[in-house]
Amino acid sequence: MTSQRDLTGIRIGMWLFLYTEIILFGGLFVIYSVYFYDYSAEFAKSGKELNRLIGSLNTIILLVSSFMVASSITALRREAKKLCLGLLAASFLCGGIFLINKYFEWTHKIAHGIYPNSPALTNGPPGKNVFFGLYYIITGLHGLHVIVGMTLLALSFLLVYKGKITAHHFSLLDNSGLYWHLVDLIWIFIFPLFYLIL
Amino acid sequence: MDSEEQHILSFKTLGLILAALLLLTGITIAVSYFDLGIFNIFIALGIACTKVSLVLLFFMHLKYEGKAIRRSFIGTIFFLFIMISFMFWDYAFRH
Repeated sequence: MTSQRDLTGIRIGMWLFLYTEIILFGGLFVIYSVYFYDYSAEFAKSGKELNRLIGSLNTIILLVSSFMVASSITALRREAKKLCLGLLAASFLCGGIFLINKYFEWTHKIAHGIYPNSPALTNGPPGKNVFFGLYYIITGLHGLHVIVGMTLLALSFLLVYKGKITAHHFSLLDNSGLYWHLVDLIWIFIFPLFYLIL
Repeated sequence: MDSEEQHILSFKTLGLILAALLLLTGITIAVSYFDLGIFNIFIALGIACTKVSLVLLFFMHLKYEGKAIRRSFIGTIFFLFIMISFMFWDYAFRH
């Protein structure tokens, strides 16, 4: 392919998209903070019902996977294709483990009658209802983003394997990486706001 | 053809950033076990902002980007800042 590629334009385009995602989650965090102002005691109490160990593990998993995705780009640019593929596969696995943890968390909560519109929440304190409503919406939307991110990582893996992404043409891998780091960024805020409030 | 020689981050640098991120995660978890009143939320968010900055600057190579991306990113943060602070400014005076 000898067409001119606007590498800077490609990257700016990706960042513009990331800004829309940042503002999307920013809006959700604003809702959280307004209700935190109203129901701080209930929020803190409800936060204790979340599993801190799983939350911490998920935080570590995403941080490590971000490191691996960033490293996969370095590896590719240094012509270490196998290392690049290994790192991408490992990052994909990390995403999978994150989702499995989320599955256990959610099913555990649902089994205890904590789910949107459940009798326990509707008849309980309003602060708790709002907290868990926000919990499901924000972690749910985040989970969807993890799935999209994993899809992009898998696509990047395939294209690197087939030699369509190379050390000199790696914009797709770069942009997939940026999306994955965004998923990590959002979780970095979700973690203290839901799991660590006293 | 790679017209701009974009800075390649070494594995060592990436590893150091990961170590810093994990350390900050440990600190934020540890601090959450102590009741420091109103400071808990500020410390937790402060550490979160630090972690986010590290991911942005290094993993997302924002540190090595040109003016267009750096300025548009600051613009987005500024927008968020207005959205959040004006929201509070309005809400706090209604109650």
